[in-house]
Amino acid sequence: MILSIVRTGLIALRRDRGALALSFILPIAFFSIFAVIFGGRRDTTPRIDILAVDEDHSKTSERLMQGLQSEGSLSVRLRPAPKQGVEQPEYTAETAGAAVKAGEAPVALIIPRGFGENGMSFGGGEKQAAIRLLKDSSDMIAPQVVAGLLQKVAITSMPDVMAALGSKYMDRYAGGFTPEQRKRMDSSLEQLRRQPAAGAGGGSSGGMLIAVDARDVVGENKHNPMVSFYAAAIGVMFLLFTASGASGSLLDEAESGTLDRVLSSRVTMGKLLAGKMLYSGLLAFSQLVLMFVWAWLVFKLDFVPHLLGFAVMGLSTAFAVGAFGMLLASLCQTRAQLGPLSTLVILIMSSVGGSMFPRFLMPHAMQQAGLLTINAWAIDGFTKVFWRDEPVSHLWPQVVVLLAVGVVLFAVARRMARRWEFT
Amino acid sequence: MASASAEPVASTSLPLRIEGLIKRFGELTAVDGISLDLNRGECMGLLGPNGAGKSTLIRSIVGRVIPDTGKVTVFGESADSAGARMTLGWVPQELALYPRLSCRENLESFGLYHGLRGQALKTAVGWCLEWAALKDRANERVKSLSGGMKRRLNMAAGLIHHPKLVLMDEPTVGVDPQSRLRIFEMIEKLHGEGMSIIYTTHYMEEAERLCDRIAIIDHGRIIAVGSKDELVHRTFGSRSQVLARFENPGDGVAAWVKQRGGVYDGGTAQFTIEHASEIAGLLDATAGAGYELADVSLRKPNLESVFLQLTGRELRD
Repeated sequence: MILSIVRTGLIALRRDRGALALSFILPIAFFSIFAVIFGGRRDTTPRIDILAVDEDHSKTSERLMQGLQSEGSLSVRLRPAPKQGVEQPEYTAETAGAAVKAGEAPVALIIPRGFGENGMSFGGGEKQAAIRLLKDSSDMIAPQVVAGLLQKVAITSMPDVMAALGSKYMDRYAGGFTPEQRKRMDSSLEQLRRQPAAGAGGGSSGGMLIAVDARDVVGENKHNPMVSFYAAAIGVMFLLFTASGASGSLLDEAESGTLDRVLSSRVTMGKLLAGKMLYSGLLAFSQLVLMFVWAWLVFKLDFVPHLLGFAVMGLSTAFAVGAFGMLLASLCQTRAQLGPLSTLVILIMSSVGGSMFPRFLMPHAMQQAGLLTINAWAIDGFTKVFWRDEPVSHLWPQVVVLLAVGVVLFAVARRMARRWEFT
Repeated sequence: MASASAEPVASTSLPLRIEGLIKRFGELTAVDGISLDLNRGECMGLLGPNGAGKSTLIRSIVGRVIPDTGKVTVFGESADSAGARMTLGWVPQELALYPRLSCRENLESFGLYHGLRGQALKTAVGWCLEWAALKDRANERVKSLSGGMKRRLNMAAGLIHHPKLVLMDEPTVGVDPQSRLRIFEMIEKLHGEGMSIIYTTHYMEEAERLCDRIAIIDHGRIIAVGSKDELVHRTFGSRSQVLARFENPGDGVAAWVKQRGGVYDGGTAQFTIEHASEIAGLLDATAGAGYELADVSLRKPNLESVFLQLTGRELRD
């Protein structure tokens, strides 16, 4: 008897493609996404982008810069990408800070003047020239990794400087070397200088050999660094669910015959889809408003000063999301099909697009793949508004992409909906 | 009834003209060369069993099915034109309503879809609620209505824009006898006001009660058109029918009935006779063939008899 019940369940499952997809495809897809992000695959290990500025131009600073550049987990940029084929000047402390603020990299590293003279110290105590880290506090990992790697690079890339520093301490606190010892010491230092800078694979850095002065250039006055990110990230994911659910009414109406009745009136299929999309979009926008107002009231998000940016991003996102819902509905035959399909697509989009964890944590390839999702563009836009305090005019890439996505998805949905127009 | 936004129609055009309509779905020919005219103020019944092609014909008229060949005009305009849509009302067989909306909200929605606004919409909604006897349920959600009420609201939604021609596709499906009577009264009221109506059904008594003319449709073709009396007279003349049921009929009874010029269907044999005196001969022949009769009755032919006579099978097969 129990086996009969199992048999009935298996037959029903076999014929329910949606349930099958949810049971087997979704877990595998999710596992794969998480494995790629956190599994440490060598070919996709995330490299931290840093902008480096050498104000010192000493031998020591150049060695440190070389060491950083050969560090496998860092991607060091000295100048912006060429514009219209024209090579751009190297970053200065000011332009690097602005670039971090604009979200081009999570950290800028500035080697100050005098670093060669007084850049390193065992145990501090002297007036060190501290390296400045200008950081984006929304990325809580990159600045700390860079600070740690700086100490490591100091040891592995500049053994001569370390030895010279030791010699200096010897001179100061132990009365110095004999002439013979000094001669041999200088010879060894010369040999060390001739060795190429070492990259990854060295030992750990130990204490703070290099003083670091880290400062937030983005989000320094924010009450809660991640609230604006998660308001947007979670918001967009649920918007997608809301829009797909709302557009499912089209399938209900097709099944009940109401769609036929509506189409026999003055309402054409184009008008009907536009109306449904507007409804889904408005519902999505209202949901965003509610979420951000809640974040403002409860989590002290700076909502009011960013109202215009919020409205621009909210409406663009709602438009794209509304069209996405219409596309899903037009692809399905029944409401029963829509449920599993939308769950599958939305959860995958949300994980790749940064709604579940920030995209900067992902490998580079995955970050690029995220750009194929509505989530990524919407989250980037909201981050510009609430995190980077960028003016509304800077939102144009996100707005253009979201509106274009909306138009394309709506056009495809309209084409798919032709099957309901006439028999 | 409220005068809504129906377009002016050519006064000389017929409410409905169908010419050589054919619609195929793959191998199946659902409508097979139907031609039909509906006169102004006339209620025409499309009578046929399930699958006869009635609904496909209705959906072709309403522009929801594109025929392979043929032409449908509504008051002189092509059926898929905007003008035709405004003069045409459609009551689909399905309960094509928004279940979470109230009766009033449903009617308002469909009125808006037909372009009604303001006072015209309000008046039309009021008329529909009154006509469907749903005034006291106006604010109740469709989900909570009885089957009969839903059917009445479904009909009212098809009339919200005050059409000149209304197509009713089996509007009494699944309703109890009391609700059916109320629906009949609603349709008779419309008919009395001069509305042109196409009414599909597979219930003979509905067609007999409501329709001026009846088109019998089977396998996608109209096999006879006329008033009930015309159809009966054309099929049976002045003859009557003898209905005979047999005790323990064997396998050969159908062949024997056919040989005697009758029709055997559903355990009952039907014979047509000119004079009552022929009954005695029929009884003798039955006994001679070795069949024992359970009961015998004489009746005047009706639409059911016409259908059986023309198609060889019952209307509700």
